[in-house]
Amino acid sequence: MSSDWPLWEVFVRSKGGLSHRHVGSVHAPDAQLALAHARDTYTRRLEGVSLWVVPSAEIVASDPDQAGELFEPAESKIYRHPTFYDIPDEVKHI
Amino acid sequence: MATVAVDPRTDYLLRLGDDALVLGQRVSEWCGHGPVLEVDISLANLALDQIGQANLLLNEAGDGDRLAFHRDVLDFRNCLLVEQPNGDFAQTIARHLLYTTWQHMLLQRLIESSDQFLREFATKAVKEVAYHRDLATEWTIRLGDGTEESARRMAEGLDWNWRFVPELFEVDDGLEAVIDSGIAPDPRGFEDDYRSAIGAVLAEAKLEAPAEQRPILGGRRGHHSEHLGHLLAVMQFLPRTYPDATW
Repeated sequence: MSSDWPLWEVFVRSKGGLSHRHVGSVHAPDAQLALAHARDTYTRRLEGVSLWVVPSAEIVASDPDQAGELFEPAESKIYRHPTFYDIPDEVKHI
Repeated sequence: MATVAVDPRTDYLLRLGDDALVLGQRVSEWCGHGPVLEVDISLANLALDQIGQANLLLNEAGDGDRLAFHRDVLDFRNCLLVEQPNGDFAQTIARHLLYTTWQHMLLQRLIESSDQFLREFATKAVKEVAYHRDLATEWTIRLGDGTEESARRMAEGLDWNWRFVPELFEVDDGLEAVIDSGIAPDPRGFEDDYRSAIGAVLAEAKLEAPAEQRPILGGRRGHHSEHLGHLLAVMQFLPRTYPDATW
């Protein structure tokens, strides 16, 4: 049953030119069926033009205990945000 | 609704439409009962594709809702294969492999039909059915070349459905008429391709083709197995009990 099957993270490219985005996960016995399950679960309503599946076990995650040292230092560095530029209306997806 | 003689084109639309309707209804019986959540969703998608195709075909043949919900079992023109019970998951996959491999080869040729509706229908449906065939192929290989139990179940599922394959290639007078007018492809023209395609899947799945059995024919003439009556009883109960119901 599905608890015996490895978990796969699913990424969908919603249209050409955009990045694949993480949308969720599926259980599947192998990569080919993981793609089929991802297609059937996450692209039923015209959500995508391309799919990636990645074994969840292959994802390397940061340690939540290190969140302080990894992320908090960025909080005080407002000059790193590109908020001092005006983005033209024609530029989409930002 | 009494049995009425219909023109060959309408009869052909009913054959294809009833195949899709009955297979869609059958596969939809898995909804909520799939072996795992992901497979449950896959099966529901397959069922919805077939019901969508039935909707197009039966509405071209006449009033689709009346044809689906107010016709008696003897008036259904589907082949016997699609009305076979689901059995276990392997038996469902065996039926889907045997039917949609045929359906895909038919649709590929129906794109060249002399009939505009069928050309447009086939162009849309052939992509859906290619996925059905591929998914059924993938599962056949995994179950056949899986554990001892999955291989046994897959072999039993094929064995159950095998005797209904010859009907897919039977050409009777009704079909002859639409073949002659260029509306329908002659299925005998791709029987060899079909046998080799199925043979290749079974070889990859490390399964033996079942022994040839006495073919069972008659679905296209309304001679159905007992299974279809039970399927229709469930499918038609609501609209027949409440004919004016709307939702």
